[in-house]
Amino acid sequence: MSRPIRVLVAKPGLDGHDRGAKVVAAALRDAGMEVIYTGLHQTPEMIASAAVQEDVDVVGLSILSGAHMTLFPRVLQLLREQGRDDVLITGGGIIPKEDMDALEQQGIAKLFGPGTPTTALIEYIRAWFAARQAQGA
Amino acid sequence: MTTPTELDPTLAAMRDELDRLRAEVEAWRARFAKGEVRDLAYTNSANEVAPLYTALDLEGSAGTAFEVPGQFPFTRGIHPTGYRGKLWTMRQFAGFGSAKETNARYKFLLKEGTTGLSVAFDFPTLMGYDSDHPRSEGEVGKCGVAISSLADMEQLFEGIPLGEVSTSMTINGPAIILWCFYLAAAEKQGVPLAQLRGTVQNDILKEYMAQHAWCFPIEPALRLIVDMFEFGAKEVPQWNTVSISGYHIREAGATAAQELAFTLADGFTYVERGIARGLDVDDFAPRLSFFWDIHNDFFEEIAKLRAARRIWARHMKERYGATSSRSLIMRFHSQTAGVTLTAQQPMNNVVRVAYQALAAVLGGTQSLHTNSMDETLALPTEQAVEVALRTQQVLAYETGVPNVIDPLGGSYYIEKLTDEMESEAERLFEEIAGQGGVVPGLETGWFQKKIAESAARQQWEIEQYRRLIVGVNAFTTEERALEIPLLKIDEQAAKDQAAALSRLRQSRDSARCTAALDRLREAARGTENVVPFILECARCYCTLYEIRAALEDVFGAYREPVFF
Repeated sequence: MSRPIRVLVAKPGLDGHDRGAKVVAAALRDAGMEVIYTGLHQTPEMIASAAVQEDVDVVGLSILSGAHMTLFPRVLQLLREQGRDDVLITGGGIIPKEDMDALEQQGIAKLFGPGTPTTALIEYIRAWFAARQAQGA
Repeated sequence: MTTPTELDPTLAAMRDELDRLRAEVEAWRARFAKGEVRDLAYTNSANEVAPLYTALDLEGSAGTAFEVPGQFPFTRGIHPTGYRGKLWTMRQFAGFGSAKETNARYKFLLKEGTTGLSVAFDFPTLMGYDSDHPRSEGEVGKCGVAISSLADMEQLFEGIPLGEVSTSMTINGPAIILWCFYLAAAEKQGVPLAQLRGTVQNDILKEYMAQHAWCFPIEPALRLIVDMFEFGAKEVPQWNTVSISGYHIREAGATAAQELAFTLADGFTYVERGIARGLDVDDFAPRLSFFWDIHNDFFEEIAKLRAARRIWARHMKERYGATSSRSLIMRFHSQTAGVTLTAQQPMNNVVRVAYQALAAVLGGTQSLHTNSMDETLALPTEQAVEVALRTQQVLAYETGVPNVIDPLGGSYYIEKLTDEMESEAERLFEEIAGQGGVVPGLETGWFQKKIAESAARQQWEIEQYRRLIVGVNAFTTEERALEIPLLKIDEQAAKDQAAALSRLRQSRDSARCTAALDRLREAARGTENVVPFILECARCYCTLYEIRAALEDVFGAYREPVFF
């Protein structure tokens, strides 16, 4: 029996739309993961430091303000600087497809748009975690 | 003692007719039960809906059988003339990039027949940060226009006479500052404040509840709002100093009944604070307006709007002793529900918006924003905004809907649903009172939890196919490449804003600014009305963040209760 997956659900940027973040946090928890939610208006520094302190496997970024191209790469960079490039950085929000592709190029994992069922996120995270465990074993 | 039968043979005949109806309904029910039907149906708010409503459903309630529009309790509308007197205002919310770009969009909208302006600010402005503040990075001009000082506000309305338009500004945490920028811009155009018409959203309670663009802790934030009531009543009498908003509460996940009850409870809280300041309720209540979200369940939305007017009128009269009919009537803006738009098959959103707009108009809205089809993907393009505006114009000029006031009044279903909405709201008012009122309910996160629970339940219903969303969990098609163009906001606005702010800081009278900010701090520490002090800061080009920071020195900043 493997340990539970630890997830930080984070709200970077200044927008206050936390409906999606809270729905996702609750769904991941109900799926047996250990979930920490940061609250709103977090800087990349606050998010990276919470991810390291809480020793999470996954960071889920939720943003609807349009600042994803500035803020997501910064979270990634800060985690890399702290030697935590093993953390899966995924997320969702109002993010145009071409921005998702550009972010993926930079090392952000899959991003999810409006209308995604929570089961899709759960399966995605579980599959990634299983693959990482298999690699580590 | 005479019985009604002896008194009046028509009453006896009516009672016989009702008995006959009761028997007919019983027989119908048996036939219905034998048919192949969906056994249960629910409104969007999960209330059970019967397959048929008759006069029997209104026994014990008069519905609106003895009401006309423009009369207490205003269920059927606030004006005796309805849309025959004045169509609703077609008010499209817009703003992006720099003040200059948004100014061009406003001129386009005015030329196309929009009749009121509505300013969308970017997130830094909504939070009280200047465009060059470190927290603003990546956000400037993205979801609205960036306004960091009076200079930007002047640019925003360049060539638009402020004495002739009505302007709505969606701003809350720093509303008092942006309002002062607007007042100062009007002064510079030579327009007397008494001539200004418009609205600041300024509903801070729903920010803590749902929308989350706050600056200060709850109590000082409420004081600022009452300062605006007081100043507005005297100096800017045609200005709506708060637009009490259900929109964001609903968008965050609330049901229709929760939207109705939580929003009205916020409204009552503002009234109580105004009265506690010593203001006469009839001096400020006429300037309170409302803002509702118009969701997918057609009849439920109409009933919600009718119930809202009735509840407000009754409470204002009976609980708060308002006597002026201007205090009793609920004027409101509506917007179609952004949360119902889908990223999948985005053209379908045009249809959703049209039905929602129809519900808003049948519910008697005073003004309406129709969403654009592309808003789950990005800010709307000019073309998408035009379709949204045309949707309202078709409704207004082609369908015949505005010809009759409250045309659904007397529908058994609508009247029953209106009654149910009202009693559900009253039940929720009791629950809120049980929490100690709105402010304690926010401090403990009670409202926030209720809203999050409703949101989670709706998501679960969609994933269980109990709630079907066309293109999302039903009637899906293979994902096609996006067939509509998207608006791109580049980083140029941020660069231009930073350069303009640095020029502004060099060119203004900085001694006058420092003195104005000091006087503001002093006023904030005392009990004086702070509006004149902020207005002075605005006039001498203190920036948004400088004014926010001065107030924060005195009030502190808000910290949210975090949970999920």
